[in-house]
Amino acid sequence: MPRKTLLTYAIAIVVLALLILLPFATGSFIIKTVTEVLIFGIFAMSLDLLIGYTGLVSFGHAAFFGIGAYAAGYFALKTSPNILISMPLALLVVIAAALVIGYFSIRASGVYFLMLTLAFSQMVYAIADRWTDVTGGSNGLAGIPRPLVQIGGLQYSFDDATARYFLVLVFFLVSYLVLRQIVNSQFGHALIGIRENETRLRAIGYNTTRFKLAAFVIAGLFAGVAGVLYAGFNRFVSTGELYWTASGQVLIMVIIGGAGTLVGPVLGAALILILQNMVSSATDRWPTILGVIFILFVFAARYGVMGLVRQIFTRISAGEKSSAQK
Amino acid sequence: MLNLTPDFILIQFFNGLAYSLLLFLLAAGLSIIFGMMDVMNLAHGSFYMLGAYTGYSIARATSSFWLALFIAPLIVGLVGFGIERMLLRPLKGRGHLDQVLLTFGLALVVADFVRAVPGWGGEVHAFPPPIELAGSIPFGSGQYPIYRLFAIGVGLLLAAILGLIISRTQIGAIVRAGVADAEMVGGLGINISLVFSIVFAVGAGLAAFGGVMTAPIVSLVPGMDARTLIAALIVVVVGGLGTLRGAFWGSLLIGEVDTFGRALLPDYALFFIYGIMVGVLLLRPTGLFGRKT
Repeated sequence: MPRKTLLTYAIAIVVLALLILLPFATGSFIIKTVTEVLIFGIFAMSLDLLIGYTGLVSFGHAAFFGIGAYAAGYFALKTSPNILISMPLALLVVIAAALVIGYFSIRASGVYFLMLTLAFSQMVYAIADRWTDVTGGSNGLAGIPRPLVQIGGLQYSFDDATARYFLVLVFFLVSYLVLRQIVNSQFGHALIGIRENETRLRAIGYNTTRFKLAAFVIAGLFAGVAGVLYAGFNRFVSTGELYWTASGQVLIMVIIGGAGTLVGPVLGAALILILQNMVSSATDRWPTILGVIFILFVFAARYGVMGLVRQIFTRISAGEKSSAQK
Repeated sequence: MLNLTPDFILIQFFNGLAYSLLLFLLAAGLSIIFGMMDVMNLAHGSFYMLGAYTGYSIARATSSFWLALFIAPLIVGLVGFGIERMLLRPLKGRGHLDQVLLTFGLALVVADFVRAVPGWGGEVHAFPPPIELAGSIPFGSGQYPIYRLFAIGVGLLLAAILGLIISRTQIGAIVRAGVADAEMVGGLGINISLVFSIVFAVGAGLAAFGGVMTAPIVSLVPGMDARTLIAALIVVVVGGLGTLRGAFWGSLLIGEVDTFGRALLPDYALFFIYGIMVGVLLLRPTGLFGRKT
């Protein structure tokens, strides 16, 4: 096995171990923050399937996160708090919305695609804002019950922050592995082909429209998963979750983390959420600090956090090589 | 229920016109900058807001609205010039994602700056119109503020001047050629990078001018930057990237539809403008006046 792959696996195992041990070593604030990071990590990874792999920059991805969160909250309140029931129902709604929005949006590309996704997400926002019977309107959807799992007579309720953390962690790991499988599959390579040169891919017989729609729906689905988890974690969903600023935030997470990788967006989500939690409690000037960090990233870290990590990697392996030669 | 009297329709039409012309002032710069430099400028709304607040301070300090109307756009234009030179130029050829990150970062900094400046941010400020233009004139069976009519007149005049500059002058020809193929223009011996900076600065100045002009109508509120930016982006896409004509008719369409939508069916106003955008993009993917690629 090449040294670099070995190093990657070693890091993966250490990170996994840390994530599993985390709740036993830290307090509730950190557990909560990391839970949030993992939820938004799923959200950001899903968006990167579109941006980094397919080359479609969506500015309306929060629509699917929001639809997932609202639908999960609604079904948990009205149907059953059992996530084995509420989650599939919510995800069906998300898939339906992604099919419709995707069907129209993928006809355009570049900035037109960006604006179409923005338009659709703003319409979803307007619906959430006005359809008070279902969404609670501008008051939001409050009092969402804690998620629980029930099979026959067996029931487990995720009342405890640590339990919810592990629930989210499991979903995060599954989402990561599934998305990794997708981007490494032939389908994923076709998506990269679309990003690089769609015309050529079409010329050799790929129905790129269908591939783009599939990518759009898969990305929407995982954003929906993140939204469902968020509803159970936050117990409150408001229209802010699917406003265009939320779409902007997750887009920034992907760019800051490094588009075109799966780990990058998660690091981007972590960086932004941790910064927001820490800096915003320390100073009122956090938007300035955040803005300056974005600008610095553009100039100093061209490929995001992942770019920096890669640089360090290459430097380490280059250093080892030169010391081995001595 | 609303009664659609001719007066009501006329007043809403004029309100819509005032809003449309503000959108035009932003969309014109946004569209040309996009068409020519391929820059997606998410800080364009910030220029608008910066113009409005700078104008507010100048007007308070000098008690002259007119000074504010001329100096604020100059200041903001200079800021735009500097931003293009120092921040955007090094990003040439780096793609839209980096521009999004950079200009979004700038927008955050500007919004926070406005919040931080003593006497600016945080609360809503009223910006009274100049005394000469205060008051209303009889209009149908009611009244209409004189200042709004003035703003409409100035907006139309400016649109006409811009249109003439772009279509009739040599500078306009360079800009139009730049939208078509900037590299080629550079190859013909024109200092295209200076043209870029000037276009960007003028775009910023126009947005700031729009900010000062509109301030007496809408007053200054935090968040005015983002809301106007989104509306202007919609206009640019509906009208077609890189065309002044598209920016003008797009502004008129979006401005009027939004104004009537808010007046008649406030619950569905958002649907109308986004619906128009979706409809236009699906039927004519390059906008109403955009060139087919």
